[in-house]
Amino acid sequence: MTEATSYIIGGLVILGSLLSLAAAVGVIRLPDVYCRNHAASKSSTLGVLFVLIAAMLFFWWDSQYFSARLLLGIIFVFITAPVGAHLMTRAAYYTNVKLSNTSIQDDLRDKKEQEEAQLKRVRG
Amino acid sequence: MFDTPLDIMLTIGLVILSISTLGLVYRVIKGPSVPDRVMGLDSIGINLIGITAITSIILRTDAFLEVILLIGIIAFVGTVAFSKFLQKGEIFDRDRSN
Repeated sequence: MTEATSYIIGGLVILGSLLSLAAAVGVIRLPDVYCRNHAASKSSTLGVLFVLIAAMLFFWWDSQYFSARLLLGIIFVFITAPVGAHLMTRAAYYTNVKLSNTSIQDDLRDKKEQEEAQLKRVRG
Repeated sequence: MFDTPLDIMLTIGLVILSISTLGLVYRVIKGPSVPDRVMGLDSIGINLIGITAITSIILRTDAFLEVILLIGIIAFVGTVAFSKFLQKGEIFDRDRSN
């Protein structure tokens, strides 16, 4: 652990924390559940990826130990956090959560009406 | 705790992550809809992964890395189960129609 590597690790940690803070500001201030979900999934995932990469580099450079568990955690978060956010947004749309008043178009409405008509035809 | 510059920077990162988690707790309490609250809980889990990683760097130990994997898996499974419950009203369906 020289001086330069410790500064690199601290800079990565502070950068990831600031990205998570930007995600929290977006979650508080955006007007709609869809906008908030977008902000939370993107920025929070990128911030925690920076922090995990910093932890992996610290254990690699400090004690010559390459942690495969942290690499697995990085890959897992990178794959599953956008999938969870997409499923949650889809559930919000299909349970009729209103869009905000400033949104312009709704591209999924025709498909939803078709599916509801088909379900009515099958059950009735 | 503040004997090297790395520890000072890690403490600053912990404080910023804690402020971000407090903002997400505000959204969980005051969300107008149920998907808002579930999304806030998922993001709190992701921030908790980062807090655990920074804590394991500060304590200079690798005993908490399994905890990182467990928190990630539990947050993802909870989000998927809750979204399926909101859409269909049941988590384990038997009829295989859709």
